[in-house]
Amino acid sequence: MSGDKFEFLLRMGDTTLILGHRLSEWCGKAPVLEEDIALANTALDLIGQTQMWLGLAAEVEGKGRSADDLAMLRDAWDFRCALLVEQPNGDFGRTIMRQYLFDQWHILALGALKANADERIAAIAAKAEKEVTYHVERSADLVVGLGDGTEESHGRMQAALDLLYPYVGEFFDTDAADQAAGFDPASLRDAYDTALTATMAEATLTLPDSRFAHKGGRTGQRHSEHLGHLLTEMQWLQRAYPGASW
Amino acid sequence: MVTPTTAEVWDWLDHVPDPEIPVISVVDLGIVRDVKWQGETLEVTLTPTYSGCPATSVIEISVETALRDHGLTDVTLKRQIAPPWTTDWLSDKGRAKLSEYGIAPPNPAGGPKECPLCHSPHVERISQFGSTPCKAQWRCTDCLEPFDYFKCI
Repeated sequence: MSGDKFEFLLRMGDTTLILGHRLSEWCGKAPVLEEDIALANTALDLIGQTQMWLGLAAEVEGKGRSADDLAMLRDAWDFRCALLVEQPNGDFGRTIMRQYLFDQWHILALGALKANADERIAAIAAKAEKEVTYHVERSADLVVGLGDGTEESHGRMQAALDLLYPYVGEFFDTDAADQAAGFDPASLRDAYDTALTATMAEATLTLPDSRFAHKGGRTGQRHSEHLGHLLTEMQWLQRAYPGASW
Repeated sequence: MVTPTTAEVWDWLDHVPDPEIPVISVVDLGIVRDVKWQGETLEVTLTPTYSGCPATSVIEISVETALRDHGLTDVTLKRQIAPPWTTDWLSDKGRAKLSEYGIAPPNPAGGPKECPLCHSPHVERISQFGSTPCKAQWRCTDCLEPFDYFKCI
């Protein structure tokens, strides 16, 4: 059972870690200063949440590893992040679409997890939910602004949605690891669909009909090619200089 | 030395500035949740503002340094995340100081009540995110100055 709960905690922590890292790739080169700051702030929140999730994962695992060990010293096949967050940033619109598709799941997931029977999980979820409330408000606003914007921005947002929507389904597969943590993501799908339908309608974007879903990130069975490249950069310092600290 | 009372310790901590917004103290910020003696050890419980806020570890060092400067050697710092920090815990003194400093204090209505510079109620949001995790960027539509808003959480 504790093995399964460990898996669940890795799913939460690895997903926020990888997305946090992806967003940090924008630092210093976003289209406008305010967006640069907003992306960096969101990345910072996600990395902070990662410290809590992976810290608890390490504690539950009980093998003397730290959150940093888990983040910096595992290779791709041991990661349990969702495939969506591994996907490259692309243009600004694609980054924002990826963010909204994730934020909308994240806020629902944290809302459910803050009532978790494990008070450590509930505490992290309650803390993170306050931050994510701001994330989803911003990403939804931007999806609407860019979707219902110019012909150019509309086209890019529709292309981003078509590309990334097949990565959404994976978030809603409940399995033994989720159940071990008292989490049932499948139960969040209706609320997610309702929110997504409303946002995309306002953004004048068309949700793909197909529910085809790429899977294998949260279970670790098959990550996309992008994760390894990301880890090469993210983990470089600890790999080259083990134990280096500020 | 004479063991200080917890009230004295609270007063000392009220002189430890927030590293990002030095006009307010860590007590004003509402992140000191508890101060108590466990036998000979002083135990101070702190709660982080935002989970990724880089100031958190700086604050822990400042608190520990301040207590040592007052002669306390046996100090334990505890980090507590539940219940999560809320801007409701900002002190009234802290709110007033923020305003004087040019940062609009948090307002449950969802935005600043007025421009902290010219006090006009006519303000607009530039971005929900700002120079630190706890702030948003707003602008006064009368004096046209941009200003920080300490956002509600």
